[in-house]
Amino acid sequence: MNRYPLWKYLVIAVALIIATIYTLPNFYGETPAVQVSSTRQSITVDTALMGRVEEALKAQNISPDGLYLDGSSLKIRFKDADTQIKARDAIQHALGDSYIIALNLLPASPQWLADLKAYPMFLGLDLRGGVHFLLQVDMQAAIDKTMERYAGDIRRELKNKQVRYGSIKRNGNVLEVQLRDADTLKAAQNVVSRTLPTLVVSSDDAAYKLTATLKPEEVTKIQGDAVKQNISTLHNRVNELGTSEPIIQQAGPNRIVVELPGIQDTARAKDIIGRTATLEVRMVEDDQGKVSDALAGNIPAGYDLLDEATSHGDSKILVKKDVELTGDNINNAQAGFDENGAPAVHINLDSTGASIFRQVTAENIGKRMAMILVEKGRAEVVTAPVIRSEIGGGRVQISGSMNPAEANDTALLLRAGSLAAPMNIIEERTVGPSLGKENIEKGFHSTLWGFAAIAVFMVIYYGVFGVFSAISLAVNVFLLLAILSILQATLTLPGIAAIALALGMAIDANVLINERIREELRNGVPPHSAIQAGYGHAWATILDSNVTTLIAGLALLIFGTGPVRGFAVVHCIGILTSMFSAVLVSRGLVNLWYGRRRKLTSLAIGQVWKPEK
Amino acid sequence: MELFRIKRDIPFMSYGRLTTAISLVTFILAVFFLATRGLNYSVEFTGGTVLEVQYQQSADLNLIRDSVDSLKLGEATVQSLGSSSDVMIRLPNKPGTTSAQLSDKVMSLLKAKDSTVQLRKVDFVGPSVGEELVTHGLTAAILVCLGIMAYLAIRFEWRFAVSAIIANMHDVVIILGCFAFFRWEFSLTVLAGVLAVLGYSVNESVVVFDRIRENFRKPGLRGKTTASIIDNAITATMSRTIITHFSTEMMVVSMLVFGGPALHGFAMALTIGIIFGIYSSVLVASPIALWLGVSREHMVKPVKPKEEAVV
Repeated sequence: MNRYPLWKYLVIAVALIIATIYTLPNFYGETPAVQVSSTRQSITVDTALMGRVEEALKAQNISPDGLYLDGSSLKIRFKDADTQIKARDAIQHALGDSYIIALNLLPASPQWLADLKAYPMFLGLDLRGGVHFLLQVDMQAAIDKTMERYAGDIRRELKNKQVRYGSIKRNGNVLEVQLRDADTLKAAQNVVSRTLPTLVVSSDDAAYKLTATLKPEEVTKIQGDAVKQNISTLHNRVNELGTSEPIIQQAGPNRIVVELPGIQDTARAKDIIGRTATLEVRMVEDDQGKVSDALAGNIPAGYDLLDEATSHGDSKILVKKDVELTGDNINNAQAGFDENGAPAVHINLDSTGASIFRQVTAENIGKRMAMILVEKGRAEVVTAPVIRSEIGGGRVQISGSMNPAEANDTALLLRAGSLAAPMNIIEERTVGPSLGKENIEKGFHSTLWGFAAIAVFMVIYYGVFGVFSAISLAVNVFLLLAILSILQATLTLPGIAAIALALGMAIDANVLINERIREELRNGVPPHSAIQAGYGHAWATILDSNVTTLIAGLALLIFGTGPVRGFAVVHCIGILTSMFSAVLVSRGLVNLWYGRRRKLTSLAIGQVWKPEK
Repeated sequence: MELFRIKRDIPFMSYGRLTTAISLVTFILAVFFLATRGLNYSVEFTGGTVLEVQYQQSADLNLIRDSVDSLKLGEATVQSLGSSSDVMIRLPNKPGTTSAQLSDKVMSLLKAKDSTVQLRKVDFVGPSVGEELVTHGLTAAILVCLGIMAYLAIRFEWRFAVSAIIANMHDVVIILGCFAFFRWEFSLTVLAGVLAVLGYSVNESVVVFDRIRENFRKPGLRGKTTASIIDNAITATMSRTIITHFSTEMMVVSMLVFGGPALHGFAMALTIGIIFGIYSSVLVASPIALWLGVSREHMVKPVKPKEEAVV
């Protein structure tokens, strides 16, 4: 009577097989690897690059264990850490600075597991070692910067339309334009509201004063853009650190999380994250005599010979040492298209920048100007366009001989010079690699010994039924690990604690069932009915108690941050898997063991004590 | 093996006055310690910087304290962590200084004194983050309570929901009281542990309530008073309650023993929570339910008389 239909056994078997496959990668460990990726859209990582890397390695007599091209990065696996370092140097030498070459660890699980998309769990910083930063973007500064730009725009537009005004003042988030009389006030209002539709304009007729504020949706947009720009700037900077899998993402409306696994030199990480690259505009010297002198190694006084990275490869460019303009005067740079539909970069200068730019362009028509990004003491020419005419008004457009990807890169690099708004580090966590290893070990040991203690106790106390309970508890661990691996969840130390706790709590269901069966036997119910009644009665209780636990888990998941969240994810999944394994799997085992015996006189569920009547 | 050989129902409900008194005293004590001593919040809540460093041999705490104090960074706490070679240095937030550079400063100073020192962990938390964590933690706790109450009210009866939550809050307050009394550090992980206890401990009440409902429905127990029905339910589930808790406790103690300092607070919160969980679910929740006046009518829906065809 206690038999499962075949499909139930099949469900259990399939679940077990899937669980085993997806848990497996976690046991293989990791092998050293080198990862090559590109920061720029115009430089792609493709099979051609793979060939170059292979050749470079061959030239050094290094034989990689495998090369993998996935999406935008190339990963090369090596036998040991020594080869890995040697290979990194060789690749770096062969490819130059256009690529990011980072040391990485790849899962060592066999290929067929990777083909099944079975990957190991991602280890959190507390288990792996690394740095975590929480940065807060100063939104007021971003708004201030925008308001300054609008003040310049209003000034310019009023001048263009020849509206005479007294002064433009910024008062917090409000711009105040003082005008002479009612006529100019009206004219100014017309000009501003027509040319700058993102502003809300109101006029004070008595004082001839025009006030302009940002529309609320514009404020939200500015804040969103500020965070986005800061994130892309951070991406560029973090890439220099050569971290394999940096995480840079928005957390809440004005915060950014930066996680750098494996980085130990926090001082350097902080330095790079907090640094501002500077952008300089300087004039190019195209006089052939001076250029050939410089290329011969004889750089004239007052000049620098710099690299220019283009899609055709690197070239040298001779620029004057005098800085005409810096990135501080650049408000924004966006990729787009010019009036002919060709890719272009649009640059927005502030008012000081605009007047300097007008002067410089007026004096140098026909010559080239270089936009140079100076970072970590190294200067690189981002772009060097020819000046065609005098450019006033602070709106600059660079176009010609570039594709959309290059335009994007250029805009990004020009923006990289400045953060949209300053950021402060409001949280920092550093975990050393030895501590990470220890944490894994400690978490593993506590789970193992706890599990062993429970299993031994269950077997002693409940006999064969105890063995079933212990097996279903082990199945629970496998299922839990498999689901976490499939979801590619990040495992942290609180997560390991949650696994341990899930086991400690999951045994409750088995205890409930076993006690119920004993109770039925005590009341003189025959064994088969006792099993059925025991599972039946216990099920309602198990469901109720798990739902209440799940409610607590979900609340933790919603409101938890950091370690609490890591705990909550595992806790919730653990509750679900324990219901499956405690009820379905243990019942399956019982049915397999006892189901075929028609004449069952007793159950091996430990001693059942009956009170003397 | 059978550990629990209980011949007759234990009259738990007649001890109600005594157990309620005990609960009340422990509860008041816990609240008292929480009020007077307060929780020893970790750096996650208060803001500040914590460094964990490891020496090759035993560290001289006084020497470290003196050298950290020489930096004039405010009131620093230096204490050993687990073993004598592991040291924890806690520094308060100081407005004006870029706290991110703080750890580098301290480390270079310690390195100058003893080059074997190794940085194991740094936690820096700005002042604004802590307040948010407190509000989020409280919201989570309130949400857990409301969710559990709503579920129990639907599945059982509001009287059970209320008494289960009171029993639970009693556990949580006692855990917090212990943390306040011993000045153990209250971190985010401990908070997770406390909230997990909230979910776990209610299990107990659910199991007992389930039995009470079942007993109300049993024809054999129809004539009995509510108190004796509750006594019977508690006695019947006694063995399971203790064995389950014992098993979970084994796991938690294993974490306490093998888990190291990182899991210590979490395991401690659970250890206390589980022990009090047994007590409160049996001896706090049920008397309150009785006192709120649960009865058979609340649990057993009246059977509608069958509509039969009439001529």
